[in-house]
Amino acid sequence: MQFTVTDQGDGIAVVHIMGRLNMVTAPRLREVVAASVAAGQNRVAVDLSDVDFIDSSGLGALIGGLKVTRQAGGDLRIAAPNEQVRLVLQLTNMERVLTAYPAASSAFHG
Amino acid sequence: MGKPVRPARSAAHLLLVRVAVLVTVALGANYILWRWFFSLNWDAWWIAVALVLAETYSLIDVALFGLTMWRARERELPTAPAADLTVDVFITTYNEPVEMVRRTALAARGIRYPHSTFILDDGNRPEMREAADQLGVGYITRGADWQNRPLHAKAGNLNNALMSTAGEFLLILDADQVPLPQILDHTLGYFADPKIALVQTPQVFENVGAADPLGSQAPLFYGPIQQGKDGWNAAFFCGSNALLRREALMQLGITRYVLEMERAVTRALTGAARVLARAGRADDAQDPFVQAALHEVGAAISDTRAAIAAGETIGPATYTLQNRITAVSRDLVAVDLHLLTLDLAVIAELQLETDAASAIPAHSLELLAARDLSPLGALESVQVLLRSIDVDRADEAQPLMPLATISVTEDMATSMRLHGLGFSTVYHHETLAIGLAPEDLGTMLTQRLRWAQGTMQVMMRENPLVQRGLTLPQRLMYFSTMWSYLSGYAALVYFAAPAVFLCFGILPVNTTALEFFLRFLPFMIANQLLFILSSHGISTWRGQQYSLALFPVWIKATTTAVANVVFHRPLGFAVTPKTRQEGAAPWHLIRPQIIVAIVLVVATIIGVTRLALGVGEPIGTFVNLAWVVFDLVILSVLVPAARYQGFTPKETSR
Repeated sequence: MQFTVTDQGDGIAVVHIMGRLNMVTAPRLREVVAASVAAGQNRVAVDLSDVDFIDSSGLGALIGGLKVTRQAGGDLRIAAPNEQVRLVLQLTNMERVLTAYPAASSAFHG
Repeated sequence: MGKPVRPARSAAHLLLVRVAVLVTVALGANYILWRWFFSLNWDAWWIAVALVLAETYSLIDVALFGLTMWRARERELPTAPAADLTVDVFITTYNEPVEMVRRTALAARGIRYPHSTFILDDGNRPEMREAADQLGVGYITRGADWQNRPLHAKAGNLNNALMSTAGEFLLILDADQVPLPQILDHTLGYFADPKIALVQTPQVFENVGAADPLGSQAPLFYGPIQQGKDGWNAAFFCGSNALLRREALMQLGITRYVLEMERAVTRALTGAARVLARAGRADDAQDPFVQAALHEVGAAISDTRAAIAAGETIGPATYTLQNRITAVSRDLVAVDLHLLTLDLAVIAELQLETDAASAIPAHSLELLAARDLSPLGALESVQVLLRSIDVDRADEAQPLMPLATISVTEDMATSMRLHGLGFSTVYHHETLAIGLAPEDLGTMLTQRLRWAQGTMQVMMRENPLVQRGLTLPQRLMYFSTMWSYLSGYAALVYFAAPAVFLCFGILPVNTTALEFFLRFLPFMIANQLLFILSSHGISTWRGQQYSLALFPVWIKATTTAVANVVFHRPLGFAVTPKTRQEGAAPWHLIRPQIIVAIVLVVATIIGVTRLALGVGEPIGTFVNLAWVVFDLVILSVLVPAARYQGFTPKETSR
């Protein structure tokens, strides 16, 4: 499990997650997003392309991040989910709240 | 209780119970149809109809009880759990003595299966933190996010802790519930089935003698009734001594979040369009800048509604909307500071009101629409409105509320929603934690009132009969518990009817004694037989007494819950004190029951006098006198309850 944060300029940060986004790693994602907003990057794109498993706690962390960024006037977007992640988004109806963008780098330039 | 899971009851016993159910319901239907269609005394319709309604209520209650017993199941001990599960033990506390919580935490720390223990202190007490540190257990309190937002009592306390812990399974314990070391070993095994979301174990109390004057032990509920519900996959969460699967709770939190966001956004957009339409008609709306701005916001709102209707996700849709409205207000502010200052007072006031009422957005919409705002004020207030119900759920401390917050008893509502999502639950009939019951009448009454109010809130906010995702038996099992809390009104009729006859000679039933007993007695006997068979040797008399004797509590619960749900009045919610409230016997708490008892005694005297004078009808008088005696025996449970001085353990019984 690994988080990489890339500053894209213009207040945009890309958070790349590797591995499982579950109840164990979800708190870490919340911290990363909060830190990014604190550093002035309130538009956060979460790159899910290398996430091979997500559970409801992982989704919870995404919603938590959405709240933090929105309150700072920004936004949180997700990109490139694999099949399992897409399925979970569907099952929980989360796809009605978050659009999955094709790539993190272009999530805020669509 | 206190024994391990008992050997399964015989199939023959279950068959016997089912026969008793069928016979009871058939005889009950025979009786009640005759009562409705052939024996109503229309001359005294006011008491006749009241009585037959009460009797119908009771028959439905019995039928639901029969359905509960139909598949009562005794589970065997589950297989031993895998060794690598992660478990968090949560001890919830608000104002209980530190010593009590320390005792529970110590026992929780000693649970055999590997786990982490946390004290969830809603009282935020330094001495509690110190105790937790000394014991080496975790300590969790509400963070800054909860300031000035709804706290949601125990549900909020648990939801807060869920966000800062990571165990796959959660054991929930009230501050007084001391767990046994094997509690996890005996229950985690059920979760091998990924559909299982909850394992509930009984709540029993050590500070209660055999007489149990306050009716604290609930052996019928934590026994045949929960086992019966379990048979229909409807065993429900009772707030403590239960294990929950985190993934199920979180999934519940997510789906509820999505549902509530969709509703809130739709409602906000409708409301905003309404406020805007009003503003457009105001005098100073003729200013060209204002006109342009109103037009732009109107367009933004209708674009958003169209986009959402066309299937756009609400995240991006609201984001775009926010940005457009922010841009408009910025331009306007720059252009016309004059208008803004005029409106500042109104806006500030409005903001206050929307914040305070944001838990009920429909209500705040009314407020907004009723306001006379100038156009700029309207823009600002539209923005306030949209902000307050954006996807960030700014009105709540955290966007996810896995434990239901619609009721003061979060437990039942939560398990009903879990069932609605397709999860299963288990009732494990083995005492694995031992708690402390209230030791005085006042505390006991507060506790019962809270349970009843909570149940009524759920019934009105999310009536199980119409919840999607539940099977029909599941709906009926939840409904059954709610139905039983309506007994206060029936009890009132059962007290009034004999008094009315004895005093005035008015019979609500128009028949001969023979005809009445021919229909009534078989039903009554079958009913009692069903009760004896189902309870399987457990004493249920205390429970029967209290279900009638506490009628003022049940009535108060329904009226306050209606006032709360429909008219948004506070419930006057109180946390149940776990320590005894000192003082003289609190007779004032049971004044309605004392009045009823006096009325019944006076009615007896009048009835006997009427009989002696030859005015009263003999058979009717004897039947009603017997009825009065039954009522008085029921009410008599309150005498030792009011005089109860608390529990003193006997040396010999220890």
